[in-house]
Amino acid sequence: MNSLNRIVIFGATSSIAEHTARQLVQRGASVYCIGRNADKLATIIADLKVRAGAEQIIDGISADLTDSAQHPALIAQATTALNGLDGVLIAHGSLPDQKACEADTNLTLQEMQTNALSVINLLSLLANQFEAQGKGVIAVISSVAGDRGRQSNYVYGAAKGMVTLFMQGLRNRLTPAGVDVVTIKPGFVDTPMTAGLDKSGPLWAKPEQIAKGIINAMAKGKNEVYLPGFWRLIMSIIRHIPEFIFKRMSL
Amino acid sequence: MRAPRPLLAYGNGRSYGDVCLNDQGTLLQTRQLDRFISFDPRSGLLRCESGVTLSEILQLIVPQGWFLPSTPGTRYVTLGGALANDIHGKNHHAAGCFGHHVTAFELIRSTGEKLLCKPDLNSKMFKATVGGLGLTGLISWVEIQLLPVQNPWMWVESQRFSNLEQFWLLNKEAERNWPYTVAWIDCLASGDSRGRGILFAGKHAANQTQLPAYQEGSRKVPFDPPLSLINGLSLRSFNALYYRQPVKPQGSLCHYEPYFYPLDKIQHWNRIYGHKGFYQYQCVLPPAVAQDATAELLDAIAKSGQGSFLAVLKTFGERASIGMLSFARPGATLALDFPNRGAQTLHLFNQLDAIVSAAGGALYPAKDARMPASLFQSGYPDWERFAGFIDPEFSSHFWQRVTK
Repeated sequence: MNSLNRIVIFGATSSIAEHTARQLVQRGASVYCIGRNADKLATIIADLKVRAGAEQIIDGISADLTDSAQHPALIAQATTALNGLDGVLIAHGSLPDQKACEADTNLTLQEMQTNALSVINLLSLLANQFEAQGKGVIAVISSVAGDRGRQSNYVYGAAKGMVTLFMQGLRNRLTPAGVDVVTIKPGFVDTPMTAGLDKSGPLWAKPEQIAKGIINAMAKGKNEVYLPGFWRLIMSIIRHIPEFIFKRMSL
Repeated sequence: MRAPRPLLAYGNGRSYGDVCLNDQGTLLQTRQLDRFISFDPRSGLLRCESGVTLSEILQLIVPQGWFLPSTPGTRYVTLGGALANDIHGKNHHAAGCFGHHVTAFELIRSTGEKLLCKPDLNSKMFKATVGGLGLTGLISWVEIQLLPVQNPWMWVESQRFSNLEQFWLLNKEAERNWPYTVAWIDCLASGDSRGRGILFAGKHAANQTQLPAYQEGSRKVPFDPPLSLINGLSLRSFNALYYRQPVKPQGSLCHYEPYFYPLDKIQHWNRIYGHKGFYQYQCVLPPAVAQDATAELLDAIAKSGQGSFLAVLKTFGERASIGMLSFARPGATLALDFPNRGAQTLHLFNQLDAIVSAAGGALYPAKDARMPASLFQSGYPDWERFAGFIDPEFSSHFWQRVTK
């Protein structure tokens, strides 16, 4: 079991991340939160402070994570504030408007920067730090959308797919060093990010459920985790449809 | 895109009727406003966003030696809902309503204006919003003063009484000595044993070294049975058995969860009523006529053969409620659940309404789905003055129904 006493969260204002932070604090962890929206971040840090005991450290800073130049300083600040890191959760991202991306290549590249490249930059820096300390857990929220490209959201899917593949390589590299690399693939989650979608139906999960699964996966050092678990079966079927059929499907 | 008007906040949906519904308009779901803002464990002052549930608050505060100053029979209501319905608990005679313990809240009006309300700041809007059924705007956060406790346990005494007359005597005595009192009534008993039941008196347990272990359990009703499980036969047997339960006049320790929230242990308990559901009928009767009117109500119910296995009788204290539309007021309050048997049930309610109305009483909006406008208006004489404080873009199904 990995110790989860000192955790830094990138993208801490996302709903899944916020619930994960709450549950970590409930377990006695110290948490450092990094998020873009300063007001929202301050509200979340205040909430976590109320939930935390006197000996737990709750702190954070607002930053735009698409600016990779800031990453080294942010990691250093988090490490100092928490007196070292047991784990990291990278949760920032956006849900691109696929149609808008098709009409605007700049938007497509910007979404790639937000959902893939900024994550890979953080991962590269964190990998070296964790490899050197010889323990810890690095978790990233990827997506089931990264398992196969579909016409309805392949910009988002390609970005998440890149992250998933990068994580596979990182896992292969860091396992001998004793560092766990955990890829989280949530399905449909009822959060503000999915506010515009119809959320009826049995596939939708609550962020607190996903948060519980994330903490469990981080503690146990799992590899690739679908949340809720039934998505593993759904995605297995989707991945196994032959391409000559898949390309004609409306997905 | 502009959301259809009117607007209305919707918390955790635990009101029994339509105070939290808004047919043609838009519901503002507040459950995502679930953050704590500040908590001072020395003074017991807690501020949180309005969608936080009482359950989430208890999880935080009880281990630190604090308790809710007033709580209803379920902990799955939001803080905003508790304020908007100015809820009361078994300690009303000693501690008043929820609103008495609210030190501040923020109200967002549809103009975007944010009003900080305290008992002495924007005090008219404070009085309109406490018990204001969510109609004055969106309550964004609430600050309350908590009650200090030594541990999560209650010291509870139960005593059987064989009729209504005995209840009044026993209850008067219990109110003097206990912060929490409530009685269960067998509403099917008639004649000499009309109003027989059990009085439960409680207080927060004193500091002690030996406390029992408490295992939180939860069961659920997995599906709607095709017919209500609550019928004449099951009710009569339940009530007869419940009345004969061993009482503990010498007292015993009880964890706060089963004491305050017995039904919270059974998820989806409402399903036992089948898909037609149930109505709750909760009234308050002024002190001068409370005894006679309660007896009349019980007679009417016993005669109808419809009844409730959760019939609860309590007296409110003298402390005047803050809200213009607050339900709690001096007198006795009787609360009953009835399986929905359509016209038959509504007919009984009309009879009960006549008794409540003649007594000068009122029904509880938070639990109502059918009271006639006339009964609302006679029970809440301030309703027209209150209407002046309603946000012009807010309304509810309930409000439209009772102000027709």
